[in-house]
Amino acid sequence: MQKAESIKKKVMPSGDAFASSCNACKQCTPLGACIAFKGIEGVLPMLHGSQGCATYIRRYLISHFREPVDIASSNFSEETTIFGGNKNFNTGIDNIIKQYHPRVIAIASTCLSETIGEDVQRLIYEYQETHNWMPDLPVMIFASTPSYQGTHSEGFHEAVFAAVKTLAEAFGPVGDHINLFSNMISPEDIRHLKEIVEDFSIPAMLFPDYSDTLDNTSWDSYRRIPDGGTTVDELKRSAQAYASVELGYILNSGGMNGRIKDNGTKQSAGEYLKNKFDVPLVRTGLPVGILESDKFFNSLSSISGKAIPVKYQRQRGRLVDLYIDGHKYVSDKRAVIYGEEDLVVALAAFAAEIGIKPVLCASGGESGKLAETLRKVLGKNYYEDMVVGQGMSFERMEEVMQELKPDLMIGNSKGYYIARKMDIPIVRTGFPIHDRIGAQHSHMLGYEGTMILFEQIVNTLLEDKQRKSPVGYKYM
Amino acid sequence: MTDNGLYGFKAEMRSMQIQSITKRQDKITPKQKSMAEYLEGRENQIVTKGVDSHELVGGKPSVAGSVSQRACVFCGSRVVLYPIADALHLVHGPIGCASYTWDIRGALSSGPELHRSSFSTDLREKNIVFGGQDKLYQALHELIDKHHPKAAFVYSTCIVGVIGDDVQSVCKRVQKEKDIPVIAVMAEGFQGSKKDGYKIACDALFSLVGTDESMEVSPLSINILGDFNLAGELWMLEEYYKKMGIQILAPITGDGRVQKVQNAHRAALNVVQCSGSMIHLAKLMKEKYGIPFIKVSYFGIEDMSDALYEVAKFFKDDSVMDKARELVKDQLTTLIPALEPYKRALQGKKAAIYVGGAFKAISLVKALRLIGMKTVIAGTQTGNTEDYRLLKTICDDGCIMVDDSNPVELSEFVKQTGADLFIGGVKERPIAYKLGIGFCDHNHERKLALAGYDGMLNFAKEVYETVTSPVWQFVNKNKE
Ligand code: SF4
Ligand code: SF4
Repeated sequence: MQKAESIKKKVMPSGDAFASSCNACKQCTPLGACIAFKGIEGVLPMLHGSQGCATYIRRYLISHFREPVDIASSNFSEETTIFGGNKNFNTGIDNIIKQYHPRVIAIASTCLSETIGEDVQRLIYEYQETHNWMPDLPVMIFASTPSYQGTHSEGFHEAVFAAVKTLAEAFGPVGDHINLFSNMISPEDIRHLKEIVEDFSIPAMLFPDYSDTLDNTSWDSYRRIPDGGTTVDELKRSAQAYASVELGYILNSGGMNGRIKDNGTKQSAGEYLKNKFDVPLVRTGLPVGILESDKFFNSLSSISGKAIPVKYQRQRGRLVDLYIDGHKYVSDKRAVIYGEEDLVVALAAFAAEIGIKPVLCASGGESGKLAETLRKVLGKNYYEDMVVGQGMSFERMEEVMQELKPDLMIGNSKGYYIARKMDIPIVRTGFPIHDRIGAQHSHMLGYEGTMILFEQIVNTLLEDKQRKSPVGYKYM
Repeated sequence: MTDNGLYGFKAEMRSMQIQSITKRQDKITPKQKSMAEYLEGRENQIVTKGVDSHELVGGKPSVAGSVSQRACVFCGSRVVLYPIADALHLVHGPIGCASYTWDIRGALSSGPELHRSSFSTDLREKNIVFGGQDKLYQALHELIDKHHPKAAFVYSTCIVGVIGDDVQSVCKRVQKEKDIPVIAVMAEGFQGSKKDGYKIACDALFSLVGTDESMEVSPLSINILGDFNLAGELWMLEEYYKKMGIQILAPITGDGRVQKVQNAHRAALNVVQCSGSMIHLAKLMKEKYGIPFIKVSYFGIEDMSDALYEVAKFFKDDSVMDKARELVKDQLTTLIPALEPYKRALQGKKAAIYVGGAFKAISLVKALRLIGMKTVIAGTQTGNTEDYRLLKTICDDGCIMVDDSNPVELSEFVKQTGADLFIGGVKERPIAYKLGIGFCDHNHERKLALAGYDGMLNFAKEVYETVTSPVWQFVNKNKE
């Protein structure tokens, strides 16, 4: 196809090649770090930098999860910026302890503190040294997350890695549990993954587990720090797991990400445990769709030596049945898929296996690995005319879409304005979803989640067809 | 519970811990048990009217480690300037600052919508190391060529202040080359709070004022300062003032246009909403162009009517005053009976207010009174000591007044006072909901106008809908 070729050329330069970006398809690194940190029990995250960053990030997260999201800030002033954040750091920690009594204080840096060269690791050390008399001195974790290196997705994985690196300890023999690093997924999907490993009878540490902290019940009184989360003890024991399962092919492995050079030191939590403690690592994608879910279930089965529980075999069967019911409505539809890179890969794999053509796969992320990963994962289902865009903004997505004329968008709610302009339906999934309620319950993992996503897609297309039809059909 | 064996004993442990913590605190501050935990150094930022004798102090920077509900300088500037719909708003910095402010407020425009896109120089590591000036220069050229804005605002964020880009000289250069105003808004977040950002924005606007004289101006003309047309409020005001025979020359900045701002010096009067964000511009314009200003609020019946009367009074024209009276009478004959059922249902309910500025809080207290509700908490992010004195005069005894609060305090106060409603912004919403009380968004993200007479009805309706919803029956409130 001539046309696709020309578009492909247009899209391939990454975001870095442009002087400006309009309507970014990404958020900044500390935001991702805060989501991951919320998956630690008893935690209060703190951003080391100016106040605005924390406030914006809180607002952004609250609008998505619709939960209180307390993130402290060391509130840099002009003076701090010139003379260093030492004092603010210490007062910040003091005040957090006084007000929140957290078990863990998880600190992420911001552009500002990174640029002025704050050595947070040292600040933590000094604080601990001078406060070792305190009975319940909180554990402190630090993730370095300057936003000019990567996106919220890198920030998330950086924080996961930081927590494991800080806490994992080799004490005692290999245990009977596994680590499950679940990537940036919805609280509902976290619960589902926990249910799956439980049904396999595999003791597992799922990290980061924000299924309660970011999706809580109604309270009878206000909790400063909501219940739930992966415990510090579990994280400590992650080094004795007999295996780690890590969901996602790209994670924070990106080489480009606006860095001057790729120093090759980025590791995922799973890689770290493997390199440092010899914990075997199984890497598989986010289990969306039958093929990718099969990989996940098979991994669990082979790790544990147990058969896939009947419950899930039945779910798979029902999903196949559902695919058949709906296949005609999705077949040959042309979809735009966008979001974090691992999510895009998972959604594209799913789309391709049900007959939807992923004509544009776009991400604000810039790992440099999206195209090759898509090709590898989609395999024989790969759509040859697919346009892959990294470092994409919504504005550039729209330009490409005007040429591609897709039937459907699948991704977060920020793409809605394009869908509206082009009068095509949008299926909201991923992060963020700011114009609907229930984002925390979005469910797409495993056979069960796929069922829900599939129905969502088919019904969205039907709704669109019905709305645009001159005849008000009562059967479709 | 979904907890499996591994997660088992957590809850128990936690409750034991909480108990021990509570005990510990009791010892620390036996005097004020319930309010024991406000941060040190914040004592005079909290006052209970009729109980405490000290004054409520505002304008202090947030303490480190607090989970402040405040935003940064950049946010303040952006909020004020952003509704100018035919200007380019370019955020010079890493992506976050731009990404989080993308179209976050409605700021409706009756024409161009360039302001609704989020432009950023998306700085990367190499720009941080080698400087972002060239990128900024290129970006401005790229974007001005593509979008043909009438002016460009360049917001410099924290990091730009640190890496030492000379934003001003880049702006000057592009201004010459492109022949449109290119204004540097030096709004590095760490310089202070949102309020400082307002001031910087006013300076930016002031640099535009007086640079064009081509618009037609009626002798009965005003500028509206400080309304951002978040949900069409400006159009409502336009209609009211039009009925009185008055021209709104420059709306600043709701539904704003560059040319109108440039002509603003030719209006007879500046009408300034809420004092907070725009008073600085009004003062500057008075100094340089001799334009007087009045302060008004469009929220609530009393304040809205005053806003119309004050303008009429200024023009000393009987026909204008007559028209204003007629308009108010017309509006009230339909509004008062329409409010009645809401008032009946809401009588005696208690409200907590936590909003941006003190003037908004004052209007809210009055409006709540009008629908039978009592204000039990009145707080703001950026009020100053003087504002708070005024706020105190209209609050009832027992009302807790607070400056620059945080979730822990706010939730504590709500529990203490037994409020039924919380009025605030998105960051306060989950606090209200988690505590099982109603919520009304009175910040930037509203879709329904609250100003004017229609707005008062909208407000009553929204408060009614949330406070009287039957869903609260399922919430186990810890009634003490
Ligand atoms: S970096 Fe500075 S300007 Fe940007 S959001 Fe943070 S505090 Fe505000
Ligand atoms: S300064 Fe950096 S960390 Fe803060 S909001 Fe902007 S991009 Fe994010």
